[in-house]
Amino acid sequence: MANNLEIKNLDSVAVRFSGDSGDGMQLAGNIFSTISATVGNSISTFPDYPADIRAPQGSLTGVSGFQVHIGAGKVYTPGDKCDVLVAMNAAALKTQYKYAKPGAAIIIDTDCFKKADLEKAQFATEDPIAEMNIDPDRVIACPLTTMVKDCLKDSGMDNKSVLKCRNMFALGLVCYLFDRDLNIAFNFLKEKFAKKPGVAEANIKVIQAGYDYGHNTHSSVANVYRIESKEKVKGRYMDITGNKATAYGLIAAAEKAGLRLYLGSYPITPATDVLHELSKHKSLGVTTVQCEDEIAGCASAIGASFAGALGCTSTSGPGICLKSEAMNLAVILELPLVVLDVQRGGPATGLPTKSEQTDLLQALYGRNGESPMPVLAATSPTDCFDAAFDAAKIALEYMTPVVLLTDAYVANGSAAFKLPDLKDYPEIKIPYVPEELKGKWTPYMRNENGVRYWAVPGRKGFTHILGGLEKDNKTGAISTNPENHDLMCRLRAQKIANIQVPDLQVEGDQDAELLIVGFGSTYGHLHAAMDEMRAQGKKVALAQFKYINPLPKNTAEVLKKFKKVVVAEQNLGQFAGYLRMKIDNFVPFQFNEVKGQPFVVSELVENFNQVYNK
Amino acid sequence: MSEYTQADFKKGQPRWCPGCGDHFFLASLQKAMAEIGVAPENTAVISGIGCSSRLPHYMATYGMNTIHGRAAAIATGCKVSNPKLSVWQISGDGDGLAIGGNHFIHANRRNIDLKMILLNNRIYGLTKGQYSPTSPRGFVSKSSPYGTVEDPFRPAELCFGARGHFFARAVATDPTGTVDILKAAHAHKGAAVCEILQNCVIFNNGTHDSVYNKEGRAKNAIYLQHGKPMLFGENNEFGLMQEGFGIKVVKLGENGITEKDILIHDAHCEDNTLQLKLALMEGPDFPIALGVIRDVEAPTYDDAVNAQIEEVKSAKKYHNFAELLETNDIWEVK
Repeated sequence: MANNLEIKNLDSVAVRFSGDSGDGMQLAGNIFSTISATVGNSISTFPDYPADIRAPQGSLTGVSGFQVHIGAGKVYTPGDKCDVLVAMNAAALKTQYKYAKPGAAIIIDTDCFKKADLEKAQFATEDPIAEMNIDPDRVIACPLTTMVKDCLKDSGMDNKSVLKCRNMFALGLVCYLFDRDLNIAFNFLKEKFAKKPGVAEANIKVIQAGYDYGHNTHSSVANVYRIESKEKVKGRYMDITGNKATAYGLIAAAEKAGLRLYLGSYPITPATDVLHELSKHKSLGVTTVQCEDEIAGCASAIGASFAGALGCTSTSGPGICLKSEAMNLAVILELPLVVLDVQRGGPATGLPTKSEQTDLLQALYGRNGESPMPVLAATSPTDCFDAAFDAAKIALEYMTPVVLLTDAYVANGSAAFKLPDLKDYPEIKIPYVPEELKGKWTPYMRNENGVRYWAVPGRKGFTHILGGLEKDNKTGAISTNPENHDLMCRLRAQKIANIQVPDLQVEGDQDAELLIVGFGSTYGHLHAAMDEMRAQGKKVALAQFKYINPLPKNTAEVLKKFKKVVVAEQNLGQFAGYLRMKIDNFVPFQFNEVKGQPFVVSELVENFNQVYNK
Repeated sequence: MSEYTQADFKKGQPRWCPGCGDHFFLASLQKAMAEIGVAPENTAVISGIGCSSRLPHYMATYGMNTIHGRAAAIATGCKVSNPKLSVWQISGDGDGLAIGGNHFIHANRRNIDLKMILLNNRIYGLTKGQYSPTSPRGFVSKSSPYGTVEDPFRPAELCFGARGHFFARAVATDPTGTVDILKAAHAHKGAAVCEILQNCVIFNNGTHDSVYNKEGRAKNAIYLQHGKPMLFGENNEFGLMQEGFGIKVVKLGENGITEKDILIHDAHCEDNTLQLKLALMEGPDFPIALGVIRDVEAPTYDDAVNAQIEEVKSAKKYHNFAELLETNDIWEVK
């Protein structure tokens, strides 16, 4: 997957506004393209009027569409298919959905999806989303008309004029999704309605309400970021987001291991889609429990693992804070547990819908005591599948909690996913306690990898107690013996150090002047930056870490081989600091950014060139 | 007949203070489990942190002594993912109702088939004597030298408020009463809260004195039995009657009152109003209610979760990962 990556991101997005001819879709589209043009995007628009200008309201022939394609580079077409479809009524959804990419966000006004609307649009059932086979997770369903009316209830405007502002609500929501500056829209409207300040004011109010709605509901668009391979590999493909790939990876691992998959979770942006996805697949025996809090999500997963399942919990940074105590319990219990952290901007509630890599040190060290924790970071939406599979494999084979780091960018980003065949994936060898140890076994007896055996309740002759208090290495009884505690801390640390992870790969020029180092989801951007520098004739290489703890065995060797190393990450230097701690005399250059946005390749290149030329 | 004896559930030497109520309860739990007859290997005893949470160490079953307050949440995952297990959750009043209060109410609300034991000595013992959420207002402790200025939880009220379907109470020093409610809790499908009144000899000695010995219970407690009249007193000379919206204590033979005027206990009544009144009775004006106060059948969460899985399995056409992949929009690169 290494070469010829293409990252599409915000730089190239198509939005299609659709509704009745009278719904003002063109105006909404125009304002959106104006805002985008003002901030330097190139734009291409495509109006799609109905053939029948005076078609009845809500009918299939009366739908008008307006597509806006915005991009950072040159955009020559309005985009074949859209990433966001605004459907102001049922007829619009019916006729325009064919223009939406798989997985596109669909914004609908539920007030115009009533029985009569559905009939006019010739839907056969009362559930148009299901009828059109649309993934409900991708639908932003809001009672748009109701909210517009409420927003303007004190404006003194008549009902007809109020309804004319619906388009502005949709526009506000789209502006939220793409971080557009509303002030540009406000100015546009003030100019357009210079002679009707009341109308301008109403429109502005409604745009703001639409924007706030997006903010309040943590609306987000998948597929905004896409990583594509230019190299075509034969095979069957589907479209997948990082969160869905993570869910699939856990399902695959549980199936491979022959275990029940249990997810204890609590809704939190941007991780909730994993809970949604897994909740759908009860036909595979997947058990999801939406718990009373983050703590219970993690704690119940530990209970599930104790009882013989693959226990998992999914969250984002604030949830990790709450789960930390239970994660630590899993460390001392030595039970399998997968903890998914879909990172978002912090600290505290921070930037719920934005992306950062700021939980790294929390994942590694954010617990009391000596608490060794394997940590993996997925490098792309599709890699979320492999990373989740690996995280589960490590958790089961080494009887340990494992943190899998993804982030809002990689979780909501999507890519073409070559359908995996589980036959190609390694066996998961669970260290169940061998029957012949019956009578001799104690809970902290270890196998050749230093891993405690697993005795699942129900097995006769292996009853035992585990707990959060330190245990005697031999008897398994509570112990405060100083030598024993020291030993147990070392045994737990050694077990994690024993985990086999693949060697670090160096891409690009093996004799490079500059090695770029990153971890996790920045892979695509860092790779693109390397490609660009190499195209400029420079000798550059990239080493992207997926396995953070333990580090690949050849880490020091690789990092010390290059004259200059720059560690680029979306935090203030957590990974660079970690590497410096692990590797003697390693002093890298750093590129750090905490904007809640993915890296911008041109900025990376500019910065790396400065390092290169030093 | 059960094939097990009390000894089959015993392990190790308890390290609680001599005279601690935990010793009494442990013996009753082991006896009850032997009589219930579920194999030790099919039993999981899960506790949080605190003196009483040491209990799983002394059980020859599967067990976990976890972290403070989380026993109910951990037990939830255990029961839901492995419904064959008989799961017992052990908590003290601090563990179960303070730091673990959220899990306590939600386990009750969901009605997970957990046997939830609440060992209530109204004190934090392991941290050497601070007031707990069940300590009475004005209680003097190390952290409340001038008396607490807060009202306690009444566990039954919390359980009922969370839509709990089973609540029973026993005194730790009363093995028969304790074993009886533990067996009833096991027989009940769903969350079953058993409040055990017990003494802390070191930090809260005498907290349940009025009912802690047999003589005291004869005078100051009432053993409720489903379908039986609510009589109490050393010679069953007292009874309970309804009065307006409340309950009153009456003496048989006085004012022409006979046994047929006395309330009959209905633990199975879905409406918990009277059961709550019974559970909240306090001395000296009222006897303390012991026995099974509420025991109402309701669908359990763990059953429902697993039934839903079976239901969806038969409704959907994909049952493994390869089939799941095929449910997506797929294209081919040739």
